Amino acid sequence: MSDIVTKKLMFYFPKCECEKPIIYHLVKDYNLIVNVYRAKVTPEEEGYLVLDVTGTEEEIQAGIEFVKTFNVSVNYTGKGVTLDEERCTHCGYCIPYCPTSALSIENSATRQVIFNEFECIECLACIRICPFDACASAF
Amino acid sequence: MKTYEEINDRIESGKAVVLTADEIMDYVDKKGLRAAAKEVDVVTTATFGPMCSSGCFLNFGHSSPRIRMSEAWIADVLVYTGIAAVDVYLGATQLRHGDPANMYHPGEFRYGGGHVIEDLVAGKTLQLFALSYGTDCYPSREIRTYFTIHDLNQAIMVNPRNCYQNYSVAVNNSEKTIYTYMGKLEPRQKNANYCSAGQLSPLLNDPYYETIGIGTRVWLAGAQGHVYAEGTQHAGGVGRTPDGVPMGGAGTLALTGDMKQMRKEFVRGVSFSGYGVSLALGIGVPIPILNEEILRRTCVRDRDILAPVVDYGSDYPQNTGKIICHVNYEQLRSGQIQVNGKAVEVGSLSSYYKALEIANLLADEIRRGVFLLSAPLAPLPKDTKMKPLAKREFAR
Repeated sequence: MSDIVTKKLMFYFPKCECEKPIIYHLVKDYNLIVNVYRAKVTPEEEGYLVLDVTGTEEEIQAGIEFVKTFNVSVNYTGKGVTLDEERCTHCGYCIPYCPTSALSIENSATRQVIFNEFECIECLACIRICPFDACASAF
Repeated sequence: MKTYEEINDRIESGKAVVLTADEIMDYVDKKGLRAAAKEVDVVTTATFGPMCSSGCFLNFGHSSPRIRMSEAWIADVLVYTGIAAVDVYLGATQLRHGDPANMYHPGEFRYGGGHVIEDLVAGKTLQLFALSYGTDCYPSREIRTYFTIHDLNQAIMVNPRNCYQNYSVAVNNSEKTIYTYMGKLEPRQKNANYCSAGQLSPLLNDPYYETIGIGTRVWLAGAQGHVYAEGTQHAGGVGRTPDGVPMGGAGTLALTGDMKQMRKEFVRGVSFSGYGVSLALGIGVPIPILNEEILRRTCVRDRDILAPVVDYGSDYPQNTGKIICHVNYEQLRSGQIQVNGKAVEVGSLSSYYKALEIANLLADEIRRGVFLLSAPLAPLPKDTKMKPLAKREFAR
């Protein structure tokens, strides 16, 4: 049996594809465990969904193929929250507010702030507090 | 013993030995103080953080017909016009016209004077709108035009207070979240914020102002600027550790420099949710190693520098002067401090990463012979204290 893995994905729903119960099918037909971090799915508008899917590689791949049949684009690396390297001054003000330590200082000599997008649960705390407007949301 | 002239000769001939304040401690530990003092010419220090008492004088040149600006806005940010016709002063904390401030608390404060200064240095096109009452010599009563920093005759940064020698650590012992110039502070002391480059900070490496004084050439956001006066609220007479390190605010520097020579990555607008806008600046100050004592003081380490922890929920706004305890910068940088027996998570408003970058950039400019040192024209006072503002009744 294949190993169970978790992948973080962002779905982009073009207009008109928002009313189909895609998550229901991912759970029921493709045996995936779904953890939605953040969603903005509004009828008549484009939508976004950032989620973890857990299952075997084969199940995840089949689920993604299913999602793509609805003209939904699946982004494997791009996330809803991004850190603009040019705007970030590496002050470290954000670090205590980040609940999952997705923002952290790994090297105590350089004190560079690192953003680990796979740890990010998209709570948006950093966006609200960054004095330099370095954190941004795709939606 | 070395003189400024000898050090500058070595800089000009490309032979100067320059280390950053981050490197010097280990170097002296290895070489010994005496040998290192002979060998090292300059130690570079730096800081990068919000410095609210910053701004700039701009001269627009004259339009045809002329105008004597009596009210003016750049990108809708009010500038001070109570000086000559087309001179203005733009302050870092001025809010954009129409910003709702804290009407819907906590306000976002997305744009203000600091952001205008960032956009100017970045070479962006900005709108000038000015009004006037009109005079015989300055007949125009209104002008709206678009300009960049290159169109201005002068854009001179003049900052009444930069480079605080040391600074308080802010916590909040109240029952509600507060929004301050030291950032968002959660209730019951859940987090703490500090704002200093610690062992890299200019005045912490020259605690008695032996080399940094009025006239000292500094690296101001990439331009060669100067200390033009003691900074506002300069208080050299605060309590110190036996090694001379101030245990609170203490000295400050008033700095000036040509904004046309500055680098945009070191001049950054700042927005503090619920508080307001400001400007973050990168500053580097070289310390000439004139003797062993000056070198010894540049070897200060984060663990030797104490900062007072202050309750911004009550003691700071009420100006009680109460200090909860002192912590050192090594503890602060670990990400957690102990206050009243409780572990408190720590964040920083000052960027050590950027300060390190600046200390290295300045060291490189000195090694390449393009940044010379200047001896102070006058010293900064060592014994002054900061006075409070008394509320008095009018006395006949």
